[in-house]
Amino acid sequence: MTGTGLPPASADALLFDYLLRLADSDIVLAQRLGEWVGKGPVLEEDIAQTNVGLDLLGQGRLWLAYAGEVEARYATRGRDENELAYFRDGSEYRNLLLVEQPNGSYADTLVRQFLYDAWHLRMLDALARSRDERIAAIAAKASKEVRYHVERSSGWVVRLGDGTDESHVRMQRALDALWMYTGELFAADASDDALVAAGIAADVTALREPWRQAVGDVLAEATLAMPSDGWMQGVHGRGGRQGVHSEHLGQLLAVMQSLPRAMPDARW
Amino acid sequence: MYAQMVDTGQSRLPEPAELSADERAFQARIDADVKIEPRDDMPEAYRRTLIRQIQQHAHSEVVGMLPEGNWITRAPSLQRKATLMAKVQDEAGHGLYLYCAAETLGTSRDRMIDDLHAGRVRYSSIFNYPTLTWADIGTIGWLVDGAAIMNQIPLCRCSFGPYARAMIRVCKEESFHQRQGFDILMTLCRGTAEQKAMAQDALDRWWWPSLMMFGPPDAESVHSAQSARWKIKLLSNDELRQRYVDQTVPQAEYLGLAIPDPKLAWNGERGHYDFGEIDWREFHEVLKGNGPCNHDRIATRIKAWEDGAWVREAAVAHAAKRAARELEAA
Amino acid sequence: MSAGTEWPLWEVFIRSQHGLAHRHVGSLHAPDAAMAIRNARDVYTRRNEGVSIWVARSADLHASSPDERDALFDPAQDKVYRHPTFFPMPDEVKHL
Repeated sequence: MTGTGLPPASADALLFDYLLRLADSDIVLAQRLGEWVGKGPVLEEDIAQTNVGLDLLGQGRLWLAYAGEVEARYATRGRDENELAYFRDGSEYRNLLLVEQPNGSYADTLVRQFLYDAWHLRMLDALARSRDERIAAIAAKASKEVRYHVERSSGWVVRLGDGTDESHVRMQRALDALWMYTGELFAADASDDALVAAGIAADVTALREPWRQAVGDVLAEATLAMPSDGWMQGVHGRGGRQGVHSEHLGQLLAVMQSLPRAMPDARW
Repeated sequence: MYAQMVDTGQSRLPEPAELSADERAFQARIDADVKIEPRDDMPEAYRRTLIRQIQQHAHSEVVGMLPEGNWITRAPSLQRKATLMAKVQDEAGHGLYLYCAAETLGTSRDRMIDDLHAGRVRYSSIFNYPTLTWADIGTIGWLVDGAAIMNQIPLCRCSFGPYARAMIRVCKEESFHQRQGFDILMTLCRGTAEQKAMAQDALDRWWWPSLMMFGPPDAESVHSAQSARWKIKLLSNDELRQRYVDQTVPQAEYLGLAIPDPKLAWNGERGHYDFGEIDWREFHEVLKGNGPCNHDRIATRIKAWEDGAWVREAAVAHAAKRAARELEAA
Repeated sequence: MSAGTEWPLWEVFIRSQHGLAHRHVGSLHAPDAAMAIRNARDVYTRRNEGVSIWVARSADLHASSPDERDALFDPAQDKVYRHPTFFPMPDEVKHL
């Protein structure tokens, strides 16, 4: 990797970490959606939401595969997708705090999805212009899927926000509770800055206004109030993207990783 | 099977002379392999039996999502996780196709779901057994889906058009399910000693329940005879079970797993495997609600349905609001 | 069971390839047309089955009655002259 001004090995380590940030949010959210399978509010919705989970899982795997290749350039060997997914501890996970939040009710799940989708799409569109061709290609493919995710979750936010009194209250409450995790979506740290300068990473700070605009439009149609930006979790360089998580991630990983860790010599 | 011991509402099989002119005409169409479509005239007993059978089948698909869903979050590789999610998702689709097929007969999905939750209509006994290890997921795909396919392929030719069409769709999608199950077991059986033991343990627990899936011998069952006459049951329970055993034993041998039946032996004279007695007492207890997971399965379904009520209501309320607004704007 | 909140039934028609007609593939429930199309995509096109979707409320479909079957369709049976095979052509005449 060139353009960061760093020695190649450190630049690759930086890129590796960045790819994990992209991968882990997808993997963790897919894991959350996997918890819903068979328990959705109606069969049609069970099927639709599982499709979103499968898309995210697929995207996460593409990022992990590339991360492993990058790792092989500077470490003794690169890990494969399963080593990376199943044998890293919570502090090595680089996902956003938003996606590790528990499923809660369908309102919590949909609002979490909507806030993430609206960010994810803009993120991928920016990454599709990355100077790193692999990143650009993965982002271009993923962006098609995520465009559909945005449409689906926005549609639901409107329906449930402007549905019954009960659904409105539930949606507003979910929105208010999850809003403090949205600051992290746009918080860049030094490693982001270095990769942005090299034309490799997306400049998340530039995504904030378009995101607010898009989210605001949907919330307005949904008759939901956009919460004011109070104290945000995970900013100032101590968030999920730096490996500092909520308690929820440890529980999620304990379940997800249990089998391969119990039998580390086995192949599945 | 997925629809076990379906009640036809008949206490005995009527003689041809006892049938009304309409019933005779209907039977003649069935005998001539004419497909019955929803708006066609049909005897009330045929209609009611089909509603029961198709909804039992649908409920089995939907409840069947739970034992496998139990391992989605713990699937041991990302590929296995994706495959399992896609498979359980397919089952939701199969339930959906089947509910829609039953709806063409004049019932509603909500009413059928209510019947399931109130215990008025059953689902397959097999889904009341727990999935304790990852090998159970392979075993369900191999044995349970294998048994289901065996039952569903003949149903593609059944007399009721929407049911037959739903089965064709289901069979097309199902073909990957059994293979992914066998693939999981092949990997386990070629793996560590611990993995192989896991596979054997799963087979030990699932073998007999999978044989019970076909239901008790139906030689003397009035319902089976009536359903056969209506061509909504194409092969007898014992016929299907024998085919299943004959097909499965060599597969177990390939895996190097032992089928937990000391009486299992090839009978050269019959050209089939002989096998031991099935414990029908266990089967009837499970159907009655006394299986290891009956309570959990229904409780989970009821909770999902009740938790989702506000979502379904709100979507309808929003659609009504929007329609009213559009009317006003027009 | 909460009466009155069951989503209406929709019939789904899929065009499987460019150039072919839409074909009925099944039904589903959805609160409105937009969601019916989205659900149809997720339920009926997971294996590349489609390039276009139509949905119509089942209640809006009008069907011929089975009782009229003979009256509607039998009369066509004896109009064999509508089929090209009714007119035998000499072998030496080409392109007809």
